[in-house]
Amino acid sequence: MSDEVVTSHKTPVLEMRDVSKRFPTGTLASDAIDLDLGEREIHALLGENGAGKSTLMNILYGLVEPDSGEIRIDGATVTIQGPADAIARGIGMVHQHFMLVPVLSVAENVVLGQEITRGGQILDLGAAERRIHDLAERLGFKIDPHARVDQLSLGQQQRVEILKAIYRGARILVLDEPTAVLTPQETREIFGVLRRLREDGTSIIFISHKLDEVLEIADRITVIRRGKVVGSRKPAETNESELAELMVGRAVSLRVDRGQSRPGEVVLEIAGLRATDDRRREVCRGVDLTVRAGEIVGIAGVGGNGQDELVECIVGMRKPIGGTIGIAGRDLTHLNVDARRDLGIAYVPADRQRFGLVLPFRLPDNFVLTRYAEAPYAAGFGGFVRQDRPIREEASRLVKEFDVRTPSVDVTAATLSGGNQQKVVVAREFRHDLKVLIIDQPTRGLDVGSVEFIHKQVIERRNAGVAVLLVSAELDEVLDLSDRVLVMFRGQIVGSFAAAEAQREKVGLLMATGQARA
Amino acid sequence: MKDWRARLAPTWSKASVPVYSIVLAFAVAAVVVIVSSAFTETGFDPLLPFAAYARLLAGSFGSGNAIANTLVSAAPLMFGGLAVGLGLKAGLFNIGVAGQFLVGAFAAAVAGASFATAPTIVGMPLAMLAGALAGGAYGFIPGYLKARTGAHEVVTTIMLNNAAALLLTWAVNDLVRAPGFSFPRTADIGQSALPILAGRNLHLGIVFAVAAIFVIRWILDRTVLGFEIRTVGTNPNAARYAGMRPIFITALTMTISGLLAGLAGAIQMLGVIGFYAPGITASVGFDSIAVALLGRSDPIGILFAALLFGAFRAGAPLMQIETSVPIEVIDIIQALVILFLAADLIVRKVFRVRAPKVEITEMATVTGSWGTGTPPPGSAR
Amino acid sequence: MDLLAVPRLIWEFLVYLFTVMPDLLPIILSLATPLALGALCGVLGERSGVVNIGIEGIMLMAAFFGYLTGFALHEPLGTGVALALGIVIAVATGALLGLLYAWLTVTVRADQIIAGTMMNIAAFGMTGYLNRLVITPSGRGGAGVIPPFHLPDQLAAIPFLGPILAMFFDQGPIAMSVIVLVLVSQFALFRTRWGLRTRAVGEHPKAADTVGINVFRQRYMNVIIGCAIAGLAGAYLTLESTGSFQNGMTNGRGFIALAAVIFGRWTPVGAFLGALLFGTATAFGIIVNVRPADGDLGALMKSIPTFWYAALPYLITVVILAGVVGRSTPPAADGIPYAKEGKG
Repeated sequence: MSDEVVTSHKTPVLEMRDVSKRFPTGTLASDAIDLDLGEREIHALLGENGAGKSTLMNILYGLVEPDSGEIRIDGATVTIQGPADAIARGIGMVHQHFMLVPVLSVAENVVLGQEITRGGQILDLGAAERRIHDLAERLGFKIDPHARVDQLSLGQQQRVEILKAIYRGARILVLDEPTAVLTPQETREIFGVLRRLREDGTSIIFISHKLDEVLEIADRITVIRRGKVVGSRKPAETNESELAELMVGRAVSLRVDRGQSRPGEVVLEIAGLRATDDRRREVCRGVDLTVRAGEIVGIAGVGGNGQDELVECIVGMRKPIGGTIGIAGRDLTHLNVDARRDLGIAYVPADRQRFGLVLPFRLPDNFVLTRYAEAPYAAGFGGFVRQDRPIREEASRLVKEFDVRTPSVDVTAATLSGGNQQKVVVAREFRHDLKVLIIDQPTRGLDVGSVEFIHKQVIERRNAGVAVLLVSAELDEVLDLSDRVLVMFRGQIVGSFAAAEAQREKVGLLMATGQARA
Repeated sequence: MKDWRARLAPTWSKASVPVYSIVLAFAVAAVVVIVSSAFTETGFDPLLPFAAYARLLAGSFGSGNAIANTLVSAAPLMFGGLAVGLGLKAGLFNIGVAGQFLVGAFAAAVAGASFATAPTIVGMPLAMLAGALAGGAYGFIPGYLKARTGAHEVVTTIMLNNAAALLLTWAVNDLVRAPGFSFPRTADIGQSALPILAGRNLHLGIVFAVAAIFVIRWILDRTVLGFEIRTVGTNPNAARYAGMRPIFITALTMTISGLLAGLAGAIQMLGVIGFYAPGITASVGFDSIAVALLGRSDPIGILFAALLFGAFRAGAPLMQIETSVPIEVIDIIQALVILFLAADLIVRKVFRVRAPKVEITEMATVTGSWGTGTPPPGSAR
Repeated sequence: MDLLAVPRLIWEFLVYLFTVMPDLLPIILSLATPLALGALCGVLGERSGVVNIGIEGIMLMAAFFGYLTGFALHEPLGTGVALALGIVIAVATGALLGLLYAWLTVTVRADQIIAGTMMNIAAFGMTGYLNRLVITPSGRGGAGVIPPFHLPDQLAAIPFLGPILAMFFDQGPIAMSVIVLVLVSQFALFRTRWGLRTRAVGEHPKAADTVGINVFRQRYMNVIIGCAIAGLAGAYLTLESTGSFQNGMTNGRGFIALAAVIFGRWTPVGAFLGALLFGTATAFGIIVNVRPADGDLGALMKSIPTFWYAALPYLITVVILAGVVGRSTPPAADGIPYAKEGKG
């Protein structure tokens, strides 16, 4: 519950009136939005993916030019020309994808653009480090100014982002989905920082789609749907169901009905797996796990603990340096990606645009991307010549079966929306002769409708006897869908729970520290 | 009446920017010619470009001989353009066509000379084969290095170009020098030469070249290998995911590309030159790049682009003789064409083109692999 | 050959290297100069995110126009003035071409490898055209070569230090400027505000944009300054090293410079060391003819044909590139044009 806030009736620190923006693609991202922010207020902007929250804040920060509308700071109308202008006016932004230069140090990142120099050009990093030390202390945390940013944890990186904004004198701080990459403990810590900022006189806009967090931290909540403001509440006056309904426009079942699982034999067996990442660091340090037919095993864990590499090893896109992987008793170690597919492994990758699809290719090619060399898609001269008709027929069939919204089968994959692109990948991978399904971040960046669809499909597969391994950074998704929850930390499985025993706190603690007790 | 316009529309939409680029290139080159004429002994002459272009046209299409010359010049450009274009499809920028051309020409000369007295039906194909294999081997080297180590082909192929010229000079001097000549050269190819089809010099090579165009087109569009090549070029990560082997495809494509460039050298040797001597320069090397880019790395586009540049090269000597405008103006025009293709908004503004941009999407893979040293995905980690 | 032949040959080779060093070193420095300057151009550009494979062409154009200036002006204005103006024009040519290249790659966002290739083809064409049109028919020569400084004899007589200094000063002003430029660039890149912004823009331009840095302006600056330095390399070729111009005289140096950039991990000092390495490979071929070795080693070295020595730098570049690429990472945004989202 948020602290008592004295509502002052002074001029709001920030007012956005009637702001509209239509992108060249035709999307109306902002539709006559009104928003105001009081002094010492944490104001949450709630909405699902694609609702327009980020666009509105990008307008405020000068990254996007609005078509119409007015912005007032302390009552005076302003035009914001770009990020430099926004910063000068006291607006700071912490983006969802951090705007930090990985190879530079904390100090270099914080002062970038407003460097402390001797004689105008020569950097004075010593002075920068002292400033950072003071600012961090004021906000109640410690950070090493020398450290290279890419060596820091995501939570620490986020604090660097906040330092950046405060260093520049931000009075209005915007945070875009700040908790998306944090563990529950880190989330609690960052909320503490935000409350200290509020005490200090900063006003905060907090963009999120997570209902429980918003109810915890905000003084006021504004819900945006399809670019329009659909409601504004105080946390005390509302609850999760009402907010969810405002967000989506209809009653939403917040929990997917997983039903009972009836696990069969062990299908996927991994023992002592060790693997390195692209920089030759060991990121999987002896992973043991099994998945049975007809069960969903979910791996919870903060990104970067070896999950991606584990998945790549199972699928055959990465060579492990030790351990074994077996499917239904067969050792996979020497089989390539193709051969493993033939054994019944399907893979829905986390980055659908980089791995799952070839965007400039048309849909038929994308639908047979993983089976392009098999009959009937290739025949003649020993399977050398491609056969157009069977390929197109398959494409049409899958488009219908999975309800992919597209004007025709002959368009390129790039023209589809994120949700429909994911449907193409899913449609291609969810075949009837599947044994093992590996899905990685299946609903990242998707709207609620697509999320529901995908979750339903996964459960259907499980009920049909497929062994499902789910990897997701969204803890809620893992807890909702999994029959068994594993926690991965620093390359090892550090916890294993049946669904009933998996509580958010316990799992979150393991995710953050690798230990059951703090 | 409107029917033919509607049917041509999609082709024009793809071809409009390249066509306008050529027009604009000629216009800008004309300015260069006018301005530079002020520094010559004949003095400033604003009408010079028109005379020059008229002679260029005469030299390329103005007579039966001229047309034959154009086709003879176009044939190796078709092979060379295919070499660069195929590489581009796989995300590789093969600017080593010059070196692979020389290696192929050399091999064809030596093999051809060995069979100089044998029937043409024996010697000529063998010499072509030698050229193809030599070019393929010389393309394999940078291809394998790129695939295994990530060494970018843009630098390695240029280095190999320079090395080829030097090493082949040594080979002619010390290994296969034909006796009885006042300068170092290989022996005559005799009956291994390509048969003449018409006129004084129109040889069989043009038939091979056009055939190659259609073969490569078929491979790219209709076969599994072509699909693999295009996927690796467009999205190497997805290619790996799909079970393709990018290392193998990269090395194979560069080898085929080198093979095509070697064939360019072979038909030039067997159809025109007849023996290898140090100092053979080939504008085919860089012309092939322009041809491939102008043709948007599409085989049919390359066919027409090769004809166009063949026309330029065929007509330029007449232009230089009769108007004293140096043949290097073709290089300038070539660079301008590439410029206008790359910065196509110039052409779009000037000619008010509204057709959508036809990208060479694979270029992103070429530039994206610069210096990363991450071997293309799929290599052993 | 007896079993000890190989170690003996290696020993003789090392002794040989030591004895020819006084003659070898100036050759290495002189060959390394254009490579180092070209590599600096590459480093400055790529550190800000712009790949420039047109360094070869820019060097060639600058070499030509510098030569042309000397050629045209040395009779009316005297050799000294003509040469000085020649250098100025060469550097200006480099900077102007850099402006064009920056416009193509940063503003128009054309593909950088195509743009660079175009610069190379344009340079070959333009210089060949003008050479054939203006210079060759005239039959006249250029302004000659910039005379090197001569160290006063007293200083040259200082034991050990004297000869080194003398050799250094004998190079010529442009060659001497190389070490200065390298050190200044190294300092600037890592210790100044400009350097920090350059690196930020080359690694994560969006991050730099969001803190108010003008990504486009930073890239323009780097490319233009870099190409001006490449112009200086061109001036070296025609005004300090030889005194003449031949078509295509850059002969791949611009590309070797790129390999030096990668070898040097995108740092000025590293690239300079790379340039020295490649310069050594070329110098080797020369010294073998000028100061041949004796005995068995000499016979062995003579038996290798000259053309192989000439090809050595190119082959070494390929080998080193294959070995070195992958051990270091380029700036993350290298080669990727930057586009602002959502404006307008």
